[in-house]
Amino acid sequence: MKVTIKVNGNQVAAEVADRTLLVHFLREVANLTATNVGCDSTSCGACTVLLDGKSVKSCTVLAAQADGSEVTTVEGLADGSGEMHPVQAAFHAEHGLQCGFCTPGMVMASVSLLAENPSPTEEEVRTALEGNLCRCTGYHNIVRAVLAAAPALREGRSA
Amino acid sequence: MSILGTRVVRTEDPRLLTAGGTYVDDLRLPELTDAARVTFVRSPMAHAKITGMDTDAARQAPGVLAVLTVQDMDDLVPPPPPEPGSEVSEGAPMPLGGVWSEPLLAVDRVRYVGEAVAMVITSDSYEGEDAAELVSVDYEPLPAVIGVAGALQTETLLFDATDSNVPVNSGDDADDAIFEGCDAVVERTIVNQRLAPMPLEGRAAAARFADGKLTYWASTQNAQISRFILAGALGMDPATIRVITPDVGGGFGAKVGIDRDAILIAWAARKTGRALRWVETRSENLVGMTHGRAQEQTIKIGGTSDGRVLAYRLDVVQDTGAYPRMSGFLPFLTKLMAVGPYDIARVQTHSRVVVTNTTPISAYRGAGRPEATAAIERAMDLFATEIGMDPAEVRRKNLIPPDKFPYTTPTGATYDTGDYVTALDKALQAAGYAELRAEQQRRRERGDVLQLGIGLASYVEITAADAAAGETARLAVHGDGTATVYTGSSAHGQGHHTAWAMLVESELGIPMASVTVIHGDTDLIPEGIGTYGSRSLQLGGVAVHKAALEVKEQARHVAADMLEAAEADLELDAASGTWQVRGDPGTSRSWADVATHAGADGLMAYVQFAGGGATFPFGSHVAVVEIDTETGKVRLTRHVTVDDAGTVVNPVLAEGQRHGGIAQGVAQALLEEMIYDADGNPLTGTLADYAAITAAELPSFELVQSETPTDINPLGVKGIGEAGTIGATPAVQNAVVDAVSHLGVRHIDMPTTPSRVWGAIDDASGGRVRAENGEAR
Amino acid sequence: MIPAPFTYKRAFSVDEALDLAAQDGDEAKFLAGGHSLLPLMKLRLAVPEVLIDIGRLRELSYVREEDGHIAVGALTNYDELSRSGLLARELPLLAHASGLVGDPQVRHRGTIGGSLVHADPAADLPAVALALDATLVARGPSGGREIAASDFFQSLFETVLEPGELLTEIRIPKPETPRRWAFQKFTKRGIDWAIVGVAVQGGSVALVNMDQTPVRAAAVERALADGAGLRDAAAHAAEGTSPSADINGDRRYREHLARVLVGRALEESQARA
Repeated sequence: MKVTIKVNGNQVAAEVADRTLLVHFLREVANLTATNVGCDSTSCGACTVLLDGKSVKSCTVLAAQADGSEVTTVEGLADGSGEMHPVQAAFHAEHGLQCGFCTPGMVMASVSLLAENPSPTEEEVRTALEGNLCRCTGYHNIVRAVLAAAPALREGRSA
Repeated sequence: MSILGTRVVRTEDPRLLTAGGTYVDDLRLPELTDAARVTFVRSPMAHAKITGMDTDAARQAPGVLAVLTVQDMDDLVPPPPPEPGSEVSEGAPMPLGGVWSEPLLAVDRVRYVGEAVAMVITSDSYEGEDAAELVSVDYEPLPAVIGVAGALQTETLLFDATDSNVPVNSGDDADDAIFEGCDAVVERTIVNQRLAPMPLEGRAAAARFADGKLTYWASTQNAQISRFILAGALGMDPATIRVITPDVGGGFGAKVGIDRDAILIAWAARKTGRALRWVETRSENLVGMTHGRAQEQTIKIGGTSDGRVLAYRLDVVQDTGAYPRMSGFLPFLTKLMAVGPYDIARVQTHSRVVVTNTTPISAYRGAGRPEATAAIERAMDLFATEIGMDPAEVRRKNLIPPDKFPYTTPTGATYDTGDYVTALDKALQAAGYAELRAEQQRRRERGDVLQLGIGLASYVEITAADAAAGETARLAVHGDGTATVYTGSSAHGQGHHTAWAMLVESELGIPMASVTVIHGDTDLIPEGIGTYGSRSLQLGGVAVHKAALEVKEQARHVAADMLEAAEADLELDAASGTWQVRGDPGTSRSWADVATHAGADGLMAYVQFAGGGATFPFGSHVAVVEIDTETGKVRLTRHVTVDDAGTVVNPVLAEGQRHGGIAQGVAQALLEEMIYDADGNPLTGTLADYAAITAAELPSFELVQSETPTDINPLGVKGIGEAGTIGATPAVQNAVVDAVSHLGVRHIDMPTTPSRVWGAIDDASGGRVRAENGEAR
Repeated sequence: MIPAPFTYKRAFSVDEALDLAAQDGDEAKFLAGGHSLLPLMKLRLAVPEVLIDIGRLRELSYVREEDGHIAVGALTNYDELSRSGLLARELPLLAHASGLVGDPQVRHRGTIGGSLVHADPAADLPAVALALDATLVARGPSGGREIAASDFFQSLFETVLEPGELLTEIRIPKPETPRRWAFQKFTKRGIDWAIVGVAVQGGSVALVNMDQTPVRAAAVERALADGAGLRDAAAHAAEGTSPSADINGDRRYREHLARVLVGRALEESQARA
């Protein structure tokens, strides 16, 4: 069936198998390979993107379900000014990534969490990220990155 | 001021954060434009004969280009039979082979759930999954050999040409004479449970044959070793193979080299003439990638009533899964590091390796050393409880004192440098040990439902155990003043590009931003080992450092020539990266000037650095847990560590390695286990059941700084990658037992899940707890 | 990792959804948030031939106060439920339990209707619906009907809904004392399904994962009605239940947990009121 999704501001339309997962639509059709597949039980969150502004696990959404919707991936976070989004910048400053495989999903989950809870406590950050597995960092610096990004986002910079 | 030792954020990050890494599944190269997909058909049986296979339906399914089975392998030369006396040495990290050989694809027998039996080649992965389901295999079940007891029987043998399921058996015979004179002796059999390494990126590879040459992309920790493996398996000249390592989404020891499934991708690419790509699913990964740990240990410790340990015996049974891929290497390391940081006079160690109908075992963060530390640290606590002494005190009394280094243990390890008592004291002080004990005591007296547990672990571990194999570095300074490092190491998250660039800037004054680091391409770096065993900084980094020193001397010679001065009068100002005749700033020359003057060969050094030997990082961890004694639920509230790996080149990177290591160590103690039922079916086959740890189960860690340089290499560095894991697991396990020791609990096996903890409380109370609740016995 | 092939159809109204379902009968399943169904399909444990996407039926997403009861549209997702001011006031048990399901990404997609129809006894909302004496409103080829929650769940993953019947609304009577509620969800990790869970509203006690369906702890409720103390009443928690044994605990452990958690839930609900 024909599916049209606005990905990072650009309309992407294609004829795809009905069972096509949104994550594969993004990776193979829209050619945005930053979003990764890390599991097959909706557990790891590596595939997290924003669907109409809300974080979702794109491996558990059919592309067909997202037809007519807007998707933001980590590649679409920057505002075009050449600067990283505050969450990306914070992950960099706080060493919140090592191998990088979980990172796109982790960053998008963090963006969503801060949009819904602009001044989270450490505990709230940890709970909000429980759907995103990381095997490298032990989460310590990821939590620091989210808490460091929060004030920058509250100051009204691009989100 | 040198950049070394300062906090530097990673050069790797901007790309990873904005565009994402390029892992095997992300490669969009011309060579792979029409790559087909490989899907494996895997055995659902733990132990069975294959009596038939029908691939007709699969061959006709949509998008199927080929279905390959062992029948198609006529193009592979079988390995020669092993010559007598040429058996793989027990301690070698290599498959035992011989009568314990493992086929590439199962021939007429499967020995574990997940073993590959056929390959389906399709245009895309969706069709591949469909077609793989259509391959019909007839299995005649055989009894499944599961667990140590299962393996030790001889009625069912995994390998027909053997007379047991015990491929390796070695060590000291038990001799209780070593415990003579001990006031207290404690013995216990404990389990270091099977784990799944579970890197977020599973196994993946792509291959293309063209003009007699194989180009192979692998999610591996070792490109050069992978090339060597492919050459042997396919009967090819290594010079006709190029292995490229793209970004790798974690390895943790389970991606050392490449395994049989990965070899098959190359074979199938040659066989079909198609470029191929394989990216395993997580379910496949949980049974198809090697597992870690899986030791049953019997520990016996004896000493005086005032806390001096006199004797220790460690008996290991290593479950190696269906095929001994690491021979006896893992328990060899466990035995080597058995005494940990303690001065124990009489030590016996023994190990057996057994095969079972489960996924084969290989290295996983720590590879044999976490097992050693977990055993001795449990033993120390059991001994402390037996004699009624504080576990910190007992440790202090037995830690090797700082004036005894280098120290050779009864097991044959020579520890280079260390200050174990200071590490313990620092950790205890940072944790506020006395106040923690006081709080614990208050809660015990009140009979609180939530009890506090404080767990200790002091450890020493061996890094660069294969230092003799060394590591390579080639450093070139170009005519524009930039530099390129070609390293044999192979980072998969460790940040080598940042650290190696720091080493160049520190020595030569070429700014990091002008230093490019390249790894993982055998065409560019034909010689190298790669990254495992926490070896890279002390071998690969030191090689970069030495190459920088060589380049510096080359440059001195060239600059002297340029300036018509004596070499001895030339100096490099590392801060500004300029050469000049001492005292004459007018002669200042940039690296670009010097490199240009050096001519076509430029400035280039190639170093193969074989370290002087292994190094021994050490530390102490203090874990604080809160246990709900009515439900058994454990919460880790604090984790304090000292992890001393010598000189720290970049604290940011070192801390990151400690954090990640600690998290995996905690996960083993509290949550994770690969469980099989009695028929060899995995019960934790997806991440819904395999309880990988999340951010919600961990606190932020409290890291204490400690740097005791080694004298084995000029940078004074040891390896930090696995230390956090090694210290964390026993600290947490000890904390859990400590929390309920006043209720009579002496030991709880890992993972200390709520049901296990509650069961231990219930058992220790003799059912009293249940009776009080009006519950039936 | 990939579902078996199926045909995707999309409904833009409830009537259309029912028509499409009537065409394909047993072969079709409704797809709401997909976070109960798609995970099963990806592991090929469920292989429907037709999926009817009802995710765009926004008219089925609401939380409204009606005559003496709260009406919740079946397609309201967990996140919306957890943030509803109306629920926070009138049915805090439902709001709170919804906020504990899975993780934020799951909560942005999964719906109350999807959870109830999936009928996993280890899920939270079925037990909550039971504790709240909810009435489930369904529409099918032969018209509409209202089903009491106590009649809705038949067996493991089975409800009384016929093929082609669509759950449209959950009606919940307003509790006398809304604040006398508690929800005890016992897990190994925050994202796990409950090993055992307890939902309390007033004198109603429902159990998560203690049987093939969510169940009311009837013996506890009787004891409470008879004036028993909270811990004494809680001692009856496992009576009449049949919990499974799995890697997270055997039967005895689960029965013990039920007693402990019911006791805590009763104390918590009392303290809150």
